[in-house]
Amino acid sequence: MDLSTINPALLVASLMVAATPILLAAIGELVVERSGVLNLGVEGMMITGAVCGFIAAVWTQNPWVGFVGAALGGAVLALLFALLTQVLLSNQVATGLALTLFGLGLSALLGQGYIGIRAPTLPRVDLGPLTDLPVVGRILFGQDPMVYLSLLIVAGVWAFLKFSRAGLVLRAVGENHGAAHALGYNVRIVRTCAIAFGGACAGLGGGYLSLVRVPQWTEGMTAGAGWIALAIVVFASWKPWRLLLGAYLFGGVTVLQLNLQAGGLAVPVEYLSMSPYLVTILVLVVMSAGRAPGSLGRTFHASS
Amino acid sequence: MKLKHLLAGAAMMFAGAAGAQDDPFKVGFVYVGPIGDGGWTYEHNEARLAVEEEFGDSVETVYQESVPEGPDAVRVMQQMALNGADMIFTTSFGYMDQTVEVAEQFPDVLFEHATGYKRADNVSTYSARFYEGRAVQGHIAGQLTESNIVGYIGSFPIPEVIRGINSAYLHAKEVNPEVEFRIVWVYTWFDPAQEAEAARALIDQGADVILQHTDSTAPQAAAAEQEGVYTFGQASDMAEFKPAPRVSSIIDNWAPYYIERVQAAMDGTWESQDYWGGIDSGMVEIGEITDAVPAEVRESALALKESMGSGEYHPFTGPINRQDGSVWLEEGETADDETLLGMNFYVEGIEGDIPQ
Amino acid sequence: MLKLERRPQASTAWTYATPLLAVLLTMIAGGLLFAALGKDPFVAIRTIFWDPLFSEFSSFYRPQLLVKGAPLVLIAIGLSFGFRAGIWNIGAEGQYIVGALCGAAVGLAFYPMEARWLILPLMVIAGALGGLLWAMIPGLLKVRFGTNEILVSLMLVYVAENLLAAMALGPLRNPEGMGFPGSRNLSQYESATTWIDRSAGMHWGVVAALIAVIGAYVIMARHILGFQIRLTGQSPRAAAFSGVNPARLVLVCLGTSGALAGLAGMFEVAGPAGQVSIDFNVGYGFTAIIVAFLGRLHPVGILLAGGLMALTYIGGEIAQNQLQLPAAAIQLFQGMLLFFLLAVDVLTHYRVRFQRAEHRPAAKPAAAPEAAE
Repeated sequence: MDLSTINPALLVASLMVAATPILLAAIGELVVERSGVLNLGVEGMMITGAVCGFIAAVWTQNPWVGFVGAALGGAVLALLFALLTQVLLSNQVATGLALTLFGLGLSALLGQGYIGIRAPTLPRVDLGPLTDLPVVGRILFGQDPMVYLSLLIVAGVWAFLKFSRAGLVLRAVGENHGAAHALGYNVRIVRTCAIAFGGACAGLGGGYLSLVRVPQWTEGMTAGAGWIALAIVVFASWKPWRLLLGAYLFGGVTVLQLNLQAGGLAVPVEYLSMSPYLVTILVLVVMSAGRAPGSLGRTFHASS
Repeated sequence: MKLKHLLAGAAMMFAGAAGAQDDPFKVGFVYVGPIGDGGWTYEHNEARLAVEEEFGDSVETVYQESVPEGPDAVRVMQQMALNGADMIFTTSFGYMDQTVEVAEQFPDVLFEHATGYKRADNVSTYSARFYEGRAVQGHIAGQLTESNIVGYIGSFPIPEVIRGINSAYLHAKEVNPEVEFRIVWVYTWFDPAQEAEAARALIDQGADVILQHTDSTAPQAAAAEQEGVYTFGQASDMAEFKPAPRVSSIIDNWAPYYIERVQAAMDGTWESQDYWGGIDSGMVEIGEITDAVPAEVRESALALKESMGSGEYHPFTGPINRQDGSVWLEEGETADDETLLGMNFYVEGIEGDIPQ
Repeated sequence: MLKLERRPQASTAWTYATPLLAVLLTMIAGGLLFAALGKDPFVAIRTIFWDPLFSEFSSFYRPQLLVKGAPLVLIAIGLSFGFRAGIWNIGAEGQYIVGALCGAAVGLAFYPMEARWLILPLMVIAGALGGLLWAMIPGLLKVRFGTNEILVSLMLVYVAENLLAAMALGPLRNPEGMGFPGSRNLSQYESATTWIDRSAGMHWGVVAALIAVIGAYVIMARHILGFQIRLTGQSPRAAAFSGVNPARLVLVCLGTSGALAGLAGMFEVAGPAGQVSIDFNVGYGFTAIIVAFLGRLHPVGILLAGGLMALTYIGGEIAQNQLQLPAAAIQLFQGMLLFFLLAVDVLTHYRVRFQRAEHRPAAKPAAAPEAAE
C-alpha cells in the first residue's frame, strides 16, 4: 500500500470532471423541483442529450454545436414531459419514469450509426503560467470550459432564485401553487419554462459525458447518473451551493475509491458506494428546515 | 410435466420441418449487451455475420441483444427454439443455468454456451485462452512503461480476470523486473464513465500503460488525453484509437469456431465438448502492433505470440510462486487447465489482495 | 380555446374507454415507427399484441405472461394502497431486492437439508419481513421527523442495489461456483424453490399476486382501512377529523407495500431468477409504479395493467426475435404506450370544453382545488 502516490491536486481536478455531468443535471432538476414539479425522467433526458450532442458534434465537427444540440435534445424531451404533466395533468411520478424508458429507447435508436466514432472534444484550458502553478493551477486554471460553465450556471441559478423577481415567482409557484395562481401568476407557464430549463441542463450533462468525460457514444452510457442527480438535489435540500458540494461529494466518492484502489488499498467498494445515499438520508432527517417545496409532485389544475 | 412434453413435441415437429431440404439451418444468438457496445457483444455479432457470409442461403441467423441474465434469458432461448432454431449460441457466463435448463426441454436443439462449465449431451461450452493474449500485452507493456507502473482495470474478481492479470504480470516482469501493477476493480463489464474514471485514477497515480478487462473504449479515450500513455484494445480491436494510445489489442475472433460448429451441426457430426481455443485456433487474435512500439519490442512480442501459437510455450511455465511465496509450479512445469479455470490467487510479486 | 373542467366524479365511460384509446394511439404511432425502420407495421403490431395470446405457440407464451406479470401485479397492489392515501413509496425496487436477499439467505442457510414444509414458509416470512423493514425506514423517518418518503425510499433503492452486489460477491456467493459472483441456484433446490409447475409458469408468486388482488379488493371496498385510505387521499383534514391516525396510516401503507414487494422479490429469486446475482433486479419495482397508475390504483385494473405490460414485454421479445427489430425500438414503443395511457387519462377526470379565448374574471378566484391524484 502506497498512498503517497495519490496527488491531492490531481484528485480534486478529476473529481471536478467526474462531478460535472451530475452537477449539470442536478442544477436543472433543482430549478424544476423548486417550481413544484418532480421530474424523475432525468436519466432519459441526460441520455438523449448525450446522443443528440454527439451527433451534432460529429456532423459539424464542433464540440460547441454539440453542446447546443445536447441542450436542445434534453429540452425537447422535457417539453414532452411538460405537455403531459402540465397540459394533460398526468401524474408526475409515473410520467417521469415513462420518460426515462422512452429516452433510453430513443437514444439507442438515434445513436445506432454513431458507435465507435470519435467526436471532436473540448481541450482543457491552458493559461500558461497560471495553469502551471503548483496545486491550484491544475484545479482552478486547467479545466475544460464546460466545468467553468457548469459553475457559472450554478451561480446563475443561485442569483436568479435569490434576487430576481422571476425567481421569486418560481419559488412561490413551487411552495403553494394555489396561492400563486390566486395572485395572478400563470403556474403552468412558469412550470413549463422550468421543466424546459431542467431538460436543457440534463441534456448538457449528458453531452458532457459523450463529448468530454468518456468521450464517445455508447448505448446506456449514462449508467444511472440521472438518478444520482436526483439524489443530489435532495442532499442539497434544494439550495444551489449545497448542490455544488453534493455533486463534488458524490463524484468524489467514485474518484476517491478508484484512487484508493489504484494506491493498493483494499476498499469495500459496495459499502463505500452506498455511503453518499445514506448521508443524503441523514441530511434529509437533520435539516428539517430545508424541507421540500410545498407543492412538489402535486398536479395543479386551475378551475375557472 | 405434461407441458414439457408438449414443448419438446413442438420443437421436434419444427426440427423435423426445418430438416426438410429447402429450409435453411436456423441459428440463434443470445447477446448480453447491445451490439453497439464496441467490445464483447460486438465481436459475437461479427462472428454471426461471418456465419451468414460463409453459408449464404443455407443458414438463417436470428439474434436478440441486451438479454438480462435470468428468467428473461430462459424465455428468449425457448422462443428461439420454438421458432425453429436448430442451434443456439448463448454468449455470456450468466446464461449458464438457463442454457442447461432450456437444453433439457429441447433435446434436439444444440446449445453452445460461452465461458461456462456446465455441459450436457446437447450443450457444449467454449471459451478463449485470453491469457495467451495477455502474455503478449504484458510483454509489450513491461517494455513501454517509463514509470514502471502498469495500471490494470479489472471487472470482477473472477478466475478469468485474475488469470489475465497473472499472465500479463509474469510477462511484464520477465522483461522489466522493476515493473509494478496497480489493479482497480470497477465491478462492471461495461460502464464507460466508470472505466474512463478508473483509467484517469491510474494515470494520475503514475501509470503510463493501462490494461483493461472491461469492454468499452472509454479507457482509450481517457488515455488519449495524455501524452505517453498507452492502452490495449480489449475483446475488439478498438482500431479507432490507433496508433496511440492503443498500441495493440486482443481480439476475440469467434468466427472460425462458429462456422466450424455450425458446419458440424449441419453435417450431423456435432458432439458435446468443452473447447478452449487460444492463439493456435485463431480464437485469440493479437491486433496490429502499431509503430508507437519500438521495432525490436514488436519483433519479440510477435515471436512470443508465435511460440504460443505453435504450442511450444505455455504462458504459465514454472518456476512460479503464489503471492504468499508458496510454490505453485516447479521449474519447467506448466499449469493444468483445471487450476487455471478456478484461479483465485495472485502470483508472487503482485501487491494487494483479491477482493472477496 | 380548449379548456379543462374538472368532473365532479370520474367518468365511468372514459375509465373504460381510455385504455383502449391509448392502445389504439400507440398502435398508430408505433406502426409509423416500425414502418420508418423498414418493417411491416401490421405484422409488427400483430406480433406484439396478438401472437403471445393467440398464435401457434401461445400455449408456451401464456405461461410466460404469468411469470412476467406476477411480480408487477404483486408490487403494484401494495403500492396502490399508499398511492390512494397520498403516501408515495417509489422505492419498491429496493424493498424487492431486500426481500429477495432475506428470503434467499434463509433458503441458503438450510442448504442442503430437505424439508420443504419448513424451509419455504420460513423463506416467505423472511422475504416479507425484509421488504417490510426496508419500507419502515422511510415510514418511521416520515412519522418521526417529517422527512419526505418519496426521496428516502428512492435513496434506499441505491443502498439496496449496492447491498445486493456485496451479497452476490461476498456472503451469499456459491462456494462451488468457481469464484464467479452469484449464489447457489435456489430453483434447483427442492425445498426452497417457489415453482409449482415450471412449464405452466406457475409459481407461488402468481398465487400470491392473485390473493393480493382479491384481498385488496375486499379491503378497499369493505374494510375500515380501505375507507380510511380513500378518505385520506381525498381530504387529509376530513380524515383527521373522523379519527384516522395519519402516522399509523403511513406505517400501514408503507409496510404493506414493502412486504408485498419483498414477497415478490423472494418468489422471483427462488423461482424464475433462481439465484442472487449482481443484476438480479431488472426494474420491476419501478415498472410496478407505472402498472399501478395504468390500473387506476384499482385492484382489478392493476391486474389488467400488469397483464398488458407483460404482453408488451413478451410480444416485444417475439418481435425482436422474429422481425429483428432492435431492442431500442421496443423500449421506445413501451414508452409511447405509457405516455398515451397517461395522456388520455385526462379525459377520465376532466371534461374538455371549447371556449373563446378571453379574459374573463375567474368565477372563484381564491380557492383553486388541487387534483392530488
